[in-house]
Amino acid sequence: MGETTVNPFAKPSLWRRARELPLVPITVLLIVFIIPAFFADFIAPHDPYTPNLRSRLQPPVFFGGTWEFALGTDRLGRDILSRILHGAWYVLAVSMIGIAVGVVVGTTLGLVAGYVRGWFDGLVMRLVDISLALPAMLLALALAAALGASFLSVVIVVGFALWAYFARQVRAEVLLLRNSDFVARSMVAGASHTRILFRHILPNVTNTIVVLATLQVGIAIMLDASLSFLGIGIPRPTPTWGLLVSDGRDFIATDWWISFFPGLAILLTVLSANMLGDWLRDKLDPRQRQI
Amino acid sequence: MTDAPLLEVKDLKVEISTKAGSFFPVNGHNFTVNAGETLGIVGESGSGKSMTAMSLVRLLPKHAAHIRSGSIKLNGRDLLTLSDKEMRRVRGSEIAMILQDPQTSLNPAFTVGDQISEALSLHTTGPRRTLRDRAIDALRKVKVAAPEHRVDAYPSELSGGMRQRVVGAIAISCQPKIIIADEPTTSLDVTVQAQYLKLLRELQEDTGMAILFITHDFGIVANLCHRIVVMYFGRIVESGPVDKIFASPAHPYTEALIAAVPKLHGQQGRLRTIEGLPPSPTEQITGCPFAPRCEHADARCFAELPPTVDADSDGDHAASCWRVVDR
Repeated sequence: MGETTVNPFAKPSLWRRARELPLVPITVLLIVFIIPAFFADFIAPHDPYTPNLRSRLQPPVFFGGTWEFALGTDRLGRDILSRILHGAWYVLAVSMIGIAVGVVVGTTLGLVAGYVRGWFDGLVMRLVDISLALPAMLLALALAAALGASFLSVVIVVGFALWAYFARQVRAEVLLLRNSDFVARSMVAGASHTRILFRHILPNVTNTIVVLATLQVGIAIMLDASLSFLGIGIPRPTPTWGLLVSDGRDFIATDWWISFFPGLAILLTVLSANMLGDWLRDKLDPRQRQI
Repeated sequence: MTDAPLLEVKDLKVEISTKAGSFFPVNGHNFTVNAGETLGIVGESGSGKSMTAMSLVRLLPKHAAHIRSGSIKLNGRDLLTLSDKEMRRVRGSEIAMILQDPQTSLNPAFTVGDQISEALSLHTTGPRRTLRDRAIDALRKVKVAAPEHRVDAYPSELSGGMRQRVVGAIAISCQPKIIIADEPTTSLDVTVQAQYLKLLRELQEDTGMAILFITHDFGIVANLCHRIVVMYFGRIVESGPVDKIFASPAHPYTEALIAAVPKLHGQQGRLRTIEGLPPSPTEQITGCPFAPRCEHADARCFAELPPTVDADSDGDHAASCWRVVDR
């Protein structure tokens, strides 16, 4: 074989694949969510915690305000922009860790349940039913009452609200995959159950898990914001976005910007995350995959 | 043949229990496979061919099917007495399997090379970095063109015939003593099918492995097999060398099957068919299961199951039919 032959099965380069990424949602996510989450200390113009009563209730820059407080200030004179930027980290941490909890718990239970069937499958599926039937808010209230509202309790609530979706979806796909010929073939080849489950079945459900997890980012952020808004999220003074929205609740008719800009941040982040999830789903469509 | 056979199955019974009742898809099998030989198992759908194959590697569906009695001796060692761990070592390294549908018997998430390497790494030792080279070698053995490129291909990038070759490469990669091929060519078109059978024959000549070939196609049997076992309703109704069975089938079922194969030469009238349907698996049958469809059946056939007796004096051709008993 000469050296000039082109390998038709060579995989496209990383750059070629990167060019297909949906730029708009990724850019929005980077600007509103990810960069602030990691670099708020460097880019925020003001301290998000220190009150400055002399500059309280300043309007945003295009509504009679100044560039010093681009998105205005709240009733204690704290810069809204800085508070949003600093809040991004908590929103990111809660949603990511919460989803990670949901993915790990849900995927493991779903994998094992779908593979071993029997009473364990029945048990897991009933737990899924219970989890889906139980409103996350109720659980959050109960947890906040029992543990006290904290970062941990919010993460637990998010994880608990999401694991069932992963467990159900993964189990359904495992049921299909475990009867497929390639599983039978690897059994004949002498592979153990653990090997079949993690080396052969798991890689075939990762697409589903990734898509589902991306689509859950929006739900997780909304849940976190709702909890904070109700005062059972991460407690003050942490400037989570839901808390910022709730701060301006009483001033919405006059000083609308206090609630509006944190709300806008939530909207843009959730929308972009969902768009990214939709794009991923189309890209990794299980119906176009050959099983 | 004086030495002990490679695979010796004795009185193998598999029971399936369902809510509708239990039945034996494998009912008292006796057969042997010698080293380097191809044994064809022929029968229609539901006659228990695949159940036989799966019971040989002890991969029957759990809870539903159980091996009730008998022995499966591979090189004198009874597979039914092995622990699960020992059995795993046997699978792949001593018995390999090629399944019916190459579309689904490869994992879509891994490249062809990964899947061959996996089989190799499960049963052989050696440096990991040579696995790729050995996978390429295995692909070359099954005559895949440009193996050094195809080793990086995903199954979805290959054609059906190519995929079935890859499955073959995985099966032979650990030099098994016997390959069980469960209708490996049914999903391939006839030209590719012919190429694949030729490949199997060549591989057999090179490696001296035995093949247990499960099919419903008498044409393939004539082409590939040395001996045949004909199954009907979970029982072996006839067994013997391929030329004897084609020349003088002893069981009416075998006779009818051969008569149903179209002929290439001479006047071809309407093809003969076998009237009726095989009995439902859960049906309780006291006599010969083929009796309701058999044109020679008499009262005794319906009343009593015929024993398996030699059909000629050589001792290698046996059938289970009252007409042979009376001969």
